[in-house]
Amino acid sequence: MSTATTTAPALTPAPAALVRSWKTPILLGVLALLSLVFFALGAPATEVTFRLTDPEAAITLPDLVFSAKAFGWAGAIVLVLAAAWAFVLVRSGRRVPLWLPVIFGVVFVAAFLSWSVGSAGTPNIALYGLLAGSITLAVPLIFGSLSGVLCERVGVVNIAIEGQLLFGAFAAAVAGTVSGSAFVGLLAAAVAGVLVSLVLAIFSIKYVVNQVIVGVVLNVLVSGLTGFLFSTVLSANPSELNSAPRLPNIRIPFLADIPIIGPILFDQSLIGYLMYFAVAAVYFGLFHTRWGLRTRAVGEHPKAADTLGVNVNRTRFTNVLLAGAVAGVGGSFFTLVSVSSFGQDMTGGQGYIALAALILGRWNPLGAAAAALLFGLATNLQYVLGLLGTPVPSQFLSMLPYVVTIFAVAGVVGKSRGPAASGVPYIKG
Amino acid sequence: MSPEKSTAGGPAPDRKTSAADEARLEVAAETAGGQLAPPAAAVGSTVTPDPGSHRGILERIVTGNGLVSVLAVLMALVVGGVLIALTNEEATEAAGYLFNRPGDFFAAAWNAAAGAYYSLFQGSIINLEAESFTRAVYPLTQTLTTATPLICAGLGVALAFRAGLFNIGAQGQIIMGATLAAWVGFTWQLPAALHILLVIIAGLLGGAIWGGIAGLLKARTGAHEVIVTIMLNYVAIQLVAFMLTTPGFQREGNNNPISPLLAESAMFPKLLGDGFRLHWGFILAIVATVFVWWLLNRSTVGFELRAVGANPDAARNAGISTTKGYVVVMLIAGALSGLAGVSQVSGTERVLTTDVAASFGFDAITVALLGRSTPWGTFAAGLLFGAFRAGSVAMQTNTGTSIDIVLVVQSLIVLFIAAPPLVRSLFRIPPPGAFRSARKPAAAAGGAA
Repeated sequence: MSTATTTAPALTPAPAALVRSWKTPILLGVLALLSLVFFALGAPATEVTFRLTDPEAAITLPDLVFSAKAFGWAGAIVLVLAAAWAFVLVRSGRRVPLWLPVIFGVVFVAAFLSWSVGSAGTPNIALYGLLAGSITLAVPLIFGSLSGVLCERVGVVNIAIEGQLLFGAFAAAVAGTVSGSAFVGLLAAAVAGVLVSLVLAIFSIKYVVNQVIVGVVLNVLVSGLTGFLFSTVLSANPSELNSAPRLPNIRIPFLADIPIIGPILFDQSLIGYLMYFAVAAVYFGLFHTRWGLRTRAVGEHPKAADTLGVNVNRTRFTNVLLAGAVAGVGGSFFTLVSVSSFGQDMTGGQGYIALAALILGRWNPLGAAAAALLFGLATNLQYVLGLLGTPVPSQFLSMLPYVVTIFAVAGVVGKSRGPAASGVPYIKG
Repeated sequence: MSPEKSTAGGPAPDRKTSAADEARLEVAAETAGGQLAPPAAAVGSTVTPDPGSHRGILERIVTGNGLVSVLAVLMALVVGGVLIALTNEEATEAAGYLFNRPGDFFAAAWNAAAGAYYSLFQGSIINLEAESFTRAVYPLTQTLTTATPLICAGLGVALAFRAGLFNIGAQGQIIMGATLAAWVGFTWQLPAALHILLVIIAGLLGGAIWGGIAGLLKARTGAHEVIVTIMLNYVAIQLVAFMLTTPGFQREGNNNPISPLLAESAMFPKLLGDGFRLHWGFILAIVATVFVWWLLNRSTVGFELRAVGANPDAARNAGISTTKGYVVVMLIAGALSGLAGVSQVSGTERVLTTDVAASFGFDAITVALLGRSTPWGTFAAGLLFGAFRAGSVAMQTNTGTSIDIVLVVQSLIVLFIAAPPLVRSLFRIPPPGAFRSARKPAAAAGGAA
C-alpha cells in the first residue's frame, strides 16, 4: 500500500474528482467556432484538387475536386453539431465517448486541409504523398513511444527516449560506415539504445535515483557525448566514419499497387516494416502473454507482483533494456534511412514528441502509434503546405504539432492515468 | 501494511546496512526537505530521527555528502579527461606504438587532458599569464556574467521542483521574458532608471505568462506539465521567430530575424566599469536567490508549495489548494526564468534574436538538479556551470577541445551526485551512521523488527 501513497512529482496523477468535466466540450466548441470563422466564412472561392494516386501507378483513381467553400461549410457544420452534442452529453451527466473527439479531429484536419490548400498559390495537393510522408516521419516517433510504453508499463519513467534515439542514430552511422553494412549499423543502434537504457536502469532501479532526473540528465549526456565525438572524431574523417550506407525502400509486389494505402504502407524501408512488427509485437506481448501480464502487474502494483513471486526489479531491468533496443532501432532511422550521415543533435527533440505521443495514446502501444502518426501528419503538413505557399506564416505551421499536443493533452486526455507505479522505485521489504 | 515515516529533514537514522537499506536511506537523506521526489517505499519500521549532534566532526566529514559531492565532480572531470585524451590526435598516434613506448602515450594523453582543463580554468577563474590585474581577473567576471541567467532560470526550475512540478520549460520562459523585455527596451524611450525598471517588469511578466499557462493547464485540466512545458518551448521559439519578421520587431532594412538595438537606458549598468561585461543583473540574481530562500523557508506560500510537492493528497486534506499552488508556483518560476531573459537582452546581448536563450533553459535544469533544488545550492551550481561555460570558450580556442565535453562533464556530475551510494561504493566510504550502528547493533536490530 505504501508505494502508492508517496507521489513522485506530478508523474502519478491525483485521483480524478467526480465532477462533470467541461473541458472536452469547451475545447471542441472553441475549435468548431474557429472552423466556422476560418474554414466556412473565410473559405476561398477556389476548386481544391486532392490527388489520390500517383499518375504513374498501376491502378489510378480520379482526382477529388470540390469547391473549398462547400467543403468548408459542410465541415464546419459537422464540427459545430459534434461540439453541441458533447455539451448535451456532459450536461446530462454522461461521458463524452472517445470516438467523438477522434472523428472531430479527422473532420477538422480535412476542413483545415481544404481551407489551407484552397488559399494556397496552387490549390492542388497529392494526398498519397502527404500520408506516405507522414508515416515515414512517424517511424522514429513510433519506435520512441513504444520504448516509452515498455518502460512505463513496468513502472519506470523513460524521459531518456531522446538520448536513446540520438545514440542509436550515432551508433548506426559509425558502425554502418565502418562495416559498410547497414544491417550492422542497425544492430549497433540497438546496442547503443541498450547502453543508454543500462545507465537508466542502474541509476533508477539499483540506486533509486529519481527516474525523471536520470532521464533528463542522460539526454544531456548523450547530446554532449555524441556532439563531442562528432566534432572531434567524425568531422576529422567523415568519409571513413560518417557516411553510412542507406537502407533502400522495399516495394512489396502487388500489395504496393493497391490504390492509396499501397504506396503508403507497402513501400517502406526495412525499419518501416520493423515498425509494423514492433507495434504488433508489443501490443500482443503486453496484453496477451504471460510476460505482458507480469510486466503490467509490476507497473501497476509491484508489491502484489512481488508477493506472487515475480522478481520486480529484474523484470524492470530487462524491460528497460528491451525498450532501449527498440528506441535505438528507431534512432537508426535518422542515419540509415532519412540521411546517410550523423549530424549534431539530429533527433531535434523527437524523443520528447514520442513521450507526448505515449501519453496521448494512453500508454497503449496502438494508441501511442496512432498519436505518433498524428504528429507525423502535422509535421509533414507543415512541409507540404510550406511548398504550396499558404497564407499561414511558416512559423505557425511549424508550431502546429506542438500546439496540437498541448490541446490534446489538456483537452482530451486530461488527467491521464498512467501505470500506477510508474516513476516509483520498488524496494523490497 | 507498514507504517509510513518520513525521514525528511533529519540525517539518516541508524539501521542495519544491507545494500538495499543503504540505498533507501541514502535517498531519504538526499531528498531531505522534499527537494526532489521522496523515496516511494516506506521505511519498513520505526525510524528514530537522529539529531546528528552526537556524531563526531571527523565522522561527518568522512561520511557526509560534501565529500561525496567533491568526489562526484572529480570523477566527472576524470571521465571527461579520459575522453579528451582518447580523442587527442597525438595521443592516438602514440597509442599505435603503445607497447613499445607506453610513456609516449601516457604523456600525450596527460598533456591533452591537463592542457584542456588548464585553459578551462584559465578561461573561467583567473588568467595567471595575463599582463595586468584586470586582465587576470577578467575570466572570473565572465564566469559571473554567464552564471547570471543560469542562476535565475535554475531558481525557476528549482522552485517548481519543490512544488513537485518538473518545469522543463525554462527555455520557453526565458525566450518570452526576453521578447517582452526587449520590446519595451527598443520601442519605448524613457529616462534611464525608469526604463530599465520597466524592462525588468516586462521580462518578469513575459516569463510568468509562459510559465503560468503550464501551471493553469496543470491545475485546470491535469495536463502533464512535462509535456506542456516542452511543447511551450517549441511554440515560444516559433513565436519569436515569427515576431522577428513583423515590422514591430524586425530591425529596419534588415532581412534577418533580428531586432533593433535596445536603448542605452534599457541596459543594465556595468558593475565594474566598461572594461568588464559583468552587469547589475548579477546583483539581481543574488536578490532573486534571497527571495526564493525567503519564499520557501519563511513564507506561508512557500510552506504550502513544499507541502504540495511533498504530498499533494496530504496537502489537500490539510486545506491547501493544490490547483492554486500549481498556478502560483509556475507563475513565479516563469518570472524567474523571465529574469534570465532580461539579463540576456539587457545585460549582454542587447538585441533579440531567435537564439536569445542559447541553451540556458536546458542547462538550468541540470543546475537545479545539482543544487538539489535549494536556493543557495542552485546559486552555487549556477556559478560552477557558469564557469564551465565561460571557460569552455577559452578551452576550444586554445586547445581545440570541443565545447561539448562540458555537457558530458556537467551531466556526469549530476548523475554521480544523484547516486551517492555509487560514489560511496567506488571509494569505499562508509555510509552515514555506519559508525553509530556498528556501536549500537542491538538498538538497530530492535528497531528493524
